Amino acid sequence: MEFGPHLILAMLEGLVQASVLTLTALGLSLVFGVMRVVNVAHGEFFMLGAVSAYAITDWLAGSAAVGFLVALIIAPLLVAVLAVVCDRMILRRLDYDPERTIVATIGILYVLQQVTLMTYGPDAHPVAPPFNQRLAIPWFEFTDTGLEFYFPWGLSTTSYKLFVIAAACVAGLGIWVLMARSKLGLILRATQLDRETAQAFGIPVERVYAFVFGLGAAIAALGAVLVVPIQQAHYLMGSDPLLLSFIVVIIGGLGSLRGTVVAAILIGMSNGVISVFFTPTLAKILATLLVAFVLVYRPAGLFGTKVA
Amino acid sequence: MAIKKHLDVQPTRRNVLTGLAAAGAATTLPGFAPYVQAQSSAPIRIGFQVHRTGIGAAYGRWYDRTTTAAAKVINDAGGINGRPVEIIAEDDGTDPKRGAEVIEKFATYHKADIAFGTLFSHVVIGSAPRAGELKMPYFVVSEGHHVASGMLNRYTLQPGITDVKSQVQAMAPFVANNLGKKVTMIFPDFAFGHDHRDYFSAAVEAQGGEVVAKIAIPPTETSFTKYFPKIPRNTDVIYHVMVGPAVLTFVKEMGEFFGSSRPEIFGFIDSLEAVDLKTQGLEFLEGTYFWEGNPRYAQANQSEHDKFYRAAVGVDQNGASISDGKDVSTYAHMFGCWETLHVIKAGMEASGYQGPSDRAKLIEAVEAMTNMPLSQAHPQGAKMFNGKTHQVFGHQYITQVKGGRLELAHTTSIEDTMYPDEVDYTSQSF
Repeated sequence: MEFGPHLILAMLEGLVQASVLTLTALGLSLVFGVMRVVNVAHGEFFMLGAVSAYAITDWLAGSAAVGFLVALIIAPLLVAVLAVVCDRMILRRLDYDPERTIVATIGILYVLQQVTLMTYGPDAHPVAPPFNQRLAIPWFEFTDTGLEFYFPWGLSTTSYKLFVIAAACVAGLGIWVLMARSKLGLILRATQLDRETAQAFGIPVERVYAFVFGLGAAIAALGAVLVVPIQQAHYLMGSDPLLLSFIVVIIGGLGSLRGTVVAAILIGMSNGVISVFFTPTLAKILATLLVAFVLVYRPAGLFGTKVA
Repeated sequence: MAIKKHLDVQPTRRNVLTGLAAAGAATTLPGFAPYVQAQSSAPIRIGFQVHRTGIGAAYGRWYDRTTTAAAKVINDAGGINGRPVEIIAEDDGTDPKRGAEVIEKFATYHKADIAFGTLFSHVVIGSAPRAGELKMPYFVVSEGHHVASGMLNRYTLQPGITDVKSQVQAMAPFVANNLGKKVTMIFPDFAFGHDHRDYFSAAVEAQGGEVVAKIAIPPTETSFTKYFPKIPRNTDVIYHVMVGPAVLTFVKEMGEFFGSSRPEIFGFIDSLEAVDLKTQGLEFLEGTYFWEGNPRYAQANQSEHDKFYRAAVGVDQNGASISDGKDVSTYAHMFGCWETLHVIKAGMEASGYQGPSDRAKLIEAVEAMTNMPLSQAHPQGAKMFNGKTHQVFGHQYITQVKGGRLELAHTTSIEDTMYPDEVDYTSQSF
């Protein structure tokens, strides 16, 4: 493939990855920012979003579009409820202690993964996309007769992939509006800044925590529902998003939503482009190397503020 | 101090005598009697290493069903040497380390007579050395060239399924002469895929063809569009073989990449094992060709043995489970379990196998086998076993997608799949 079309294809693939990664990482970042909890089970909430999307579309079994739309709403809600239960039953009882919650969420990771294996099974299942047209992308070249357009072999995307990018942008904007422009966001930011003072001002901190943990899981699940028609639902699919989300959150700065979005686009795009031109392994090596540099030279991340 | 005191305790004459008496009483209990003379009637215990979880789970599910069905057929016909067969299944997680542990568990915990099973080549390569150390016959159903290459040991045999080297060697003339000379290969990046890469490249060059690109993809990959731009523009034929949970995504994205202007496509059915060909997004495969170890759809010339085998395992005419038409089998591979169990039966009967002390005799009996005619024991077709390389050779099938079904287009001869020996395991001591 020629360089130009090749690069466009790489960037399109990177953008799809980046959009899903942005959502997953935003969930992780939100939970860390407000609760100071490092949620190792975050990838499993992502996986549960995909698996419940399959269960819902399989159960409805009618039109793919209706099934998908229902899954897009119900799956994140289900996952949010489960996350709130985890918060009430486990994290709250540990008093949100940073070390103990890491161990506890590792436990949650294994419980969720194995229960999914025992119920849903070890197979990968596809979810039909609501719509999926192949869109060939034209490319230009200069010939004797001047500028000419043609359709290179393989330079294409699908309408559904474009939808994923758009949906992720909308969801990201929604989260920003929620955090920066709403009363709820004010409460969340107040809790993030100083838990005790917030409590003194009458903010029900424990309910805020439960809400945030549920919201973080739901955002990851939403990302999973969006990606599942492109990938497939599988009980082991949570580990890659977890690793990438951690990379993104560390680079962007723990708890900084702006940093998370910038880092997710950076990592997602570079992953896409490097995977296409070189190898996916090199993309992972470089991302991990970047994490190491950030930890050494900017421990708080690109946009993070120093944690006391 | 307390610890030291405890260590100082010596057995007294009295408590030794009490212990002896108790042990003596226990052996005279009625329940003990059958075990003393168990040799002739106790079941033959076959440790079955199976991919219940991990990336090989779909294969594992069907290897399990086929093995259970074969064991039932063997037991209904009187078992082996008059003894029933008991299958002890253990999950290897499609993981080489776990695979070796499972072999160990068969030997030390389950006291299995032999080990049998698994598919993924990295698990077999990881498990075989342990089987050799434990002197445990290890009958694999894995397709990899690692048995016949001499990489493993005398205790590892592959009598029920052909290996990749002979499969691709038999495919190369068909691809080069019917589809095109310039081939791009897409394969999984581990031992099994490397066998494809190395032996197909050599075989297609021998036919005057050329491999213009070799694209390796990690078997755990979930997104594939990024690999396809590496396919050179002058490619005549795509040769694809993929494994893992994301195979359907792989094939779908390949279709999306090419749109309406695809080159010829030849795939190993591995890329779509356990996947329904009628799945949305696979329409572009119409007219393309597949290698199948055993044709998934019942063919016009179906043998009575395939009919019997299909019914015993519970597979319908389309290669799906009788009870659930969406549960598509791994038909091109799983016959290997059925045939291997029948080879084990034949080997144990020929050697008069009684127990673990006869393991070497069992291996020698299998090594002495040559012709395996098409029969209920070998429903995939006739085979030739090579005792020196521990590898079986057999017919290969090429099918074409027509109307969403795989229709037989070509059957290779056994001779097409043969190659010179690379090892003589019989020269190794037990």
